[in-house]
Amino acid sequence: MTSLYDEVSPAPAADVPTKRVTINVNGEARTVDVEPRLLLAHLLRQGLKLTGTHTGCDTTSCGTCTVLFDGRPVKSCTMLAVQADGHEVETVEGMSSASELHPVQEGFKQEHGLQCGYCTPGMMLAAKALLERNPDPTEDEVRWALSGNLCRCTGYQNIVKSVLWAAQKMRGQNPEA
Amino acid sequence: MTATTETPSALGRPIKRKEDARLLHGQTNWTDNIQLPGTVHMAILRSPYAHAKITKLDVSPAKNHANVVNAFGAAELGDLNGSIPCVWPVTDDIVMPAFPALAPDTVRQVGDCVAVVLATNPQSAVDALEDIVVQYEPLPVVIDMEKAIAPGATPVHADAGTNVCYVYNLGGGYEEVKAKADVVVKRRFINQRLIPAFMEPRSVVAAPMGMSDEITVWSATQIPHVLRVLLALVTGIPENNLRVVAPDVGGGFGGKLQCYREEVLVVNLARKLGRPVKWTETRSEDMLATHHGRDQIQDIEIAATKDGKLLGLNVELIANMGAYLQIITPGIPLLGMFMYPAIYKMEAYNFKCTGVFTNTTPTDAYRGAGRPEATYAIERIIDELAAELGMDPLALREKNWIKHEEFPYTTVSGLTYDTGNYEAATAKALDLFGYDELRAEQKRRRDSNEPVQLGIGISTFTEMCGLAPSRTLGALKYVAGGWEHCTIRVLPTGKVELITGTSPHGQGHETAWSQIASSILGVPVEDIEVVHSDTGRAPYGMDTYGSRSLAVGGRAIKLAAERLIEKARVIAAHQLECSPADLEFVNGVFQVKGDASKQQPLGAVAFEAFTAHNLPDGVEPTLQGEATVDPDDFSYPHGTHLAAIEVDTETGKVRVRTYVAVDDVGIQVNPMIVEGQVHGGLAQGIAQALYEGAFYDEDGQPLNATLSTYLIPAAPDLPSFITGQTVTPSTTHPLGTKGVGEAGTIASTPAIINGVVDALRHLGVTEVAMPATPMTVWKTIQAAKGGK
Repeated sequence: MTSLYDEVSPAPAADVPTKRVTINVNGEARTVDVEPRLLLAHLLRQGLKLTGTHTGCDTTSCGTCTVLFDGRPVKSCTMLAVQADGHEVETVEGMSSASELHPVQEGFKQEHGLQCGYCTPGMMLAAKALLERNPDPTEDEVRWALSGNLCRCTGYQNIVKSVLWAAQKMRGQNPEA
Repeated sequence: MTATTETPSALGRPIKRKEDARLLHGQTNWTDNIQLPGTVHMAILRSPYAHAKITKLDVSPAKNHANVVNAFGAAELGDLNGSIPCVWPVTDDIVMPAFPALAPDTVRQVGDCVAVVLATNPQSAVDALEDIVVQYEPLPVVIDMEKAIAPGATPVHADAGTNVCYVYNLGGGYEEVKAKADVVVKRRFINQRLIPAFMEPRSVVAAPMGMSDEITVWSATQIPHVLRVLLALVTGIPENNLRVVAPDVGGGFGGKLQCYREEVLVVNLARKLGRPVKWTETRSEDMLATHHGRDQIQDIEIAATKDGKLLGLNVELIANMGAYLQIITPGIPLLGMFMYPAIYKMEAYNFKCTGVFTNTTPTDAYRGAGRPEATYAIERIIDELAAELGMDPLALREKNWIKHEEFPYTTVSGLTYDTGNYEAATAKALDLFGYDELRAEQKRRRDSNEPVQLGIGISTFTEMCGLAPSRTLGALKYVAGGWEHCTIRVLPTGKVELITGTSPHGQGHETAWSQIASSILGVPVEDIEVVHSDTGRAPYGMDTYGSRSLAVGGRAIKLAAERLIEKARVIAAHQLECSPADLEFVNGVFQVKGDASKQQPLGAVAFEAFTAHNLPDGVEPTLQGEATVDPDDFSYPHGTHLAAIEVDTETGKVRVRTYVAVDDVGIQVNPMIVEGQVHGGLAQGIAQALYEGAFYDEDGQPLNATLSTYLIPAAPDLPSFITGQTVTPSTTHPLGTKGVGEAGTIASTPAIINGVVDALRHLGVTEVAMPATPMTVWKTIQAAKGGK
């Protein structure tokens, strides 16, 4: 059992309530005591030290905090940690195995789908969710599936190519062909 | 061993980026990831008013809040309330108001810093802001620039007595050439305010490091080296006790080219409290407190003969400084000043800029910084002149642009462009675009009065980047040089450390710099480690902005590598018992000319230099090369961009159907990275044309200072671009390269708006305001109809 406050900073004042939650994060059950108002994104970043999940706005607009929640992409800055109690969360740290990149990660590298990399984890998780429900998307479908994730560096073109590269790879085709 | 043969150089190849692995795994080191033991977190009370007197401020109730360590207003901070620097006093009589980090008595913009709370966790610091007692007495607000400089306007800075920051003049002779012109076209363009909106919010951590007097500062900044100097000057901390690190930085676009209030506060409070202090902005703070860009009123007039020969150009700008001067706020319009004449030959050019204070967020560098504004104005008015003359806009451009055989060419504004080939870039773009077919389709749609009209937008641009020759900067009163540094070390194990003064934040310097060094040293790209963005490990540099990193930093890399080879050659010759002149250096190996059996690889030379057991007399141990170089001139990339724009005349909706960008950035180190830079630049330039604009109401309240209301384009809002290239090597750069970081942004805004206007010109439309949203375009169409 981990207390968020042991890991990050002193305990909250005595009058601040906490709630114990258990969340399956990247395949591992994590039990933590959290303030009810704590956002899932902040739990991941500060409490669980999974800093691959980013925060970029406070209006649910940018998508840099995107994680998979029971397999669906959600913006973890707009979900309370207590809402994740009993659910599965996948972050960028859970995408690849020790030896192998996920095809989406590989696609982003092959097609130069990232520059500064700040939007990248959220983009990749949104793309992974898309390809799991639609293995052969059109360019337009990729663009719309990623429309909740902002990128300021790439102009999106290479991100789209990266996702289409991954789709081919996941369908067993050679993306370089 | 057999004789080595030349292997392909790493230069010019689309090598996958070294940077990607850690970014793809989420194993990054953003400033906000840093969690040091004992950290206190800063939260800032910001002004909700655009202009007000602070009549009461009591921070003491906040100190009673759980987990709060301390709280400060300007009075409590005293001498630690540092003054924020401006390093570009553009004229002798410029008004440079005081800019304390915490406002002592008057707030001048929404988001001005009033007080800070420090607590042992971030949420307690934010909670305790509520306990601060503050009262304001609102003052009259100035937002509109023309009203700000009209008689009787309330000055933003009362003691200045005026809202005119400076007036700058350049050139002359326009009135004389205007007198002989057949045609004169005058327009007013509004280059609206933009927000940089890099994806990683700003963050800063400062920590006294215990064992010494050193304070280490981690900041999400583009300019760790410049920031160190400025923090030393502002805080009084000896510069040699300050170490500034820019860890992974998530984009900047000029917005992180700054010495911010929050950086000064965090450093001073870490020193005062003797423990680490951290602050990470929310996006809502970012949109108020990170400097903005653009925001100019441009009155531009062009004079020509009836057959379309340009005679002269007159430009009068009113440029919004915002409420305070930040690092190079006043100089931004002057970076555009030289570029209004662009690629065109003419006899006279007059320029005047009036810098104006208003109760808004300060402006400063944003991707292109002055040059997008200039390029927008000239490329727009060329189209207007073409319409007035009844000429094809491309033909008018061609008639007046500098011919490729005329380079080097000194323009009417005094710049000397080293090379260019506008004919070749335009021919390539036309080829990719299908100009004649689209003109035919345009005519067909006009003739049949279709609801969706087609327009063709043209932008034949050049820009000056690669900031910059130090003497030129000095002549412009910029208080710094424009040089760059590189040290290359071959370590005893043969691995290479390349220490650069550039500070990447997404550009891919680690890969590209390795390619340059690899091509000279013959060492594999993967054996080169690029060290950057840490004044402790990379002590000298002028950082990354203004498309300068390759244009200036690339020179230093090349020279440092060449110097290293020359030192190694002397050592290798000693080892191989020959004269240095008898050695050739191929693929990282010295070998005696004509005797391939006698050779020594660079790594072995490095080991000899390390042991120093057998070095020639007078040769110092260790193998390294250093260079600090000042560029001879700016860099002048150019290109031709063409946009096919569909405008739905019934709804005002604009669609970019085809976008062709042919850019000439000279020799390309990594074409994959070049294309990525162009794509990203296009997105930001198109965003200014169609989507983005930061607006205030008359009380100075920001109307769209969140990412849900400030429209950064998402993937469905942009097309796939068709990119092409011509390669005209720079003759002033030893690698033949030019800058690329800003080109797409500079070129694309006028291409889009020219296309929108072209689609609607037959309806009587001659101008569309930016951003050209459906509402704006629809209203413009209605007004043109009503005016007939």
